[in-house]
Amino acid sequence: MSPRTKRIRDEETSSAEVESLTYEAALTELEALVARLEAGAPLDEALQLYERGQALAAHCGRLLERAELRLRELTPGAEDTDNA
Amino acid sequence: MFTLPLPLAPETWSITELNRYVRQALETDIRLQDVRVRGEISGFKAYPSGHWYFTLKDGGAQIACVLWKQRAARQRYQPRDGDQVEAVGRVTLYEQRGQYQFDVAVIEPIGQGALFADFARLKAQLEAEGLFNPARKRPLPADPRRIAIVTSSSGAALQDMLNILKRRNPLASVLLLPTPVQGEEAVPGIVSGLERLLTLASGPIDERPDVIIVARGGGSLEDLWAFNAERVARAIDALRRTPVPVVSGVGHETDFTIADFVADVRAPTPSAAAELCSPITLDDRRRQIDDLSLQLADLFASQLQMGRHRLEQARVSLRAASPFGQLALARARLREQEARLYATVPHQLSLARGRLAGDLATLEAFSPLGVLERGYAIVRRPDGHVITQTTEVSPDLPLRIRVRDGEFDAKTL
Repeated sequence: MSPRTKRIRDEETSSAEVESLTYEAALTELEALVARLEAGAPLDEALQLYERGQALAAHCGRLLERAELRLRELTPGAEDTDNA
Repeated sequence: MFTLPLPLAPETWSITELNRYVRQALETDIRLQDVRVRGEISGFKAYPSGHWYFTLKDGGAQIACVLWKQRAARQRYQPRDGDQVEAVGRVTLYEQRGQYQFDVAVIEPIGQGALFADFARLKAQLEAEGLFNPARKRPLPADPRRIAIVTSSSGAALQDMLNILKRRNPLASVLLLPTPVQGEEAVPGIVSGLERLLTLASGPIDERPDVIIVARGGGSLEDLWAFNAERVARAIDALRRTPVPVVSGVGHETDFTIADFVADVRAPTPSAAAELCSPITLDDRRRQIDDLSLQLADLFASQLQMGRHRLEQARVSLRAASPFGQLALARARLREQEARLYATVPHQLSLARGRLAGDLATLEAFSPLGVLERGYAIVRRPDGHVITQTTEVSPDLPLRIRVRDGEFDAKTL
């Protein structure tokens, strides 16, 4: 496998991974990443942090726009059926 | 008018006939069909069927009362033994038992003295027990995501709360514990909801709600009465054993219930409770993401700028460290030395010249030739010895005499 294909594969898996993150997880990582950049990262790492950060921010934005309040009802009779 | 045959003695009636006759006699008396009575409630019983049975009495008499299910469900007032009430209804007879009774249409408390007395007594008692202690009240979470709501599933209050949460915090999930919020079933329903939440709130963190809302829309004092029940107060207080705080949102701004006093936070209305439970709005979150995204770009840009700067510095250092650089430096140094040299030599020469002139002048001043100018002469022997005393001469000694403009020979006598 050439280095170029390998890099493309890595990017694909990492973007798929970002898609699967919850809002909370993505936001927490984004904040950590900004802190890391703030502390001063080597340039090649900074580029990676920047790219991942942009992907995380975009993902958070999409989750916000798509979010819908979830409603679950725990009726008096139904003991623990929600957990089943 | 009568549908039964006239009671003509000595005709024998069945009990059924008699009771029906009496009942119809009562029911055809207009004055008994719209009566307002005043009395005290005793033996109050709400049956699972929804009908209410009780007795109204005063100091000297009593009457059995019934309030049928359809009307009972519409009652805003929940009667309790000992309450002084006024009831409107009609007098009738329960044929099977031959019991004369009052069929109540509307029942109202006389004043609300009794209710207020109960309220004040319970409030004082719970306060003395420390249930309202501000030190025991917990703050609401900064960003609740799992919100449990104990309220009626059919009430406008729930829709108001859901609308606010949808708009402000759609990332949240709501766990509804439906319960009647007025009438006979309200207190047990609310307590049962709170008890289920006590179990969840004491359980593993992934099933634990972040916050609990106990709510009901506006209504009369009687409508809100369930939220003044001691059992509800104690069920709310029991949740203090868990990390999950409770917000109350009962009625309007001006309504204060016992539940409000016990809850960690009292919201003036159900909508306000929903707002307190969504402190970070969707717009706040959008802004937060935008800020972070911008910060990220800025930081990366400045990191890049810093990288460029370092590269530039390295280039400069490299040039300085290169042999070419040193050579140029050496050349420059050499040129400078040369320049200084050339600047120095003529200077020293002129300095020397000046000194020489000075020396010559001094020399001139001390020269005997100067004395000759003034008319003196120098006498010397032929061997050059200068005669300075008489003993140095003898007769016929040839002498050379020097004057200002030259020399001539002479001889002693």
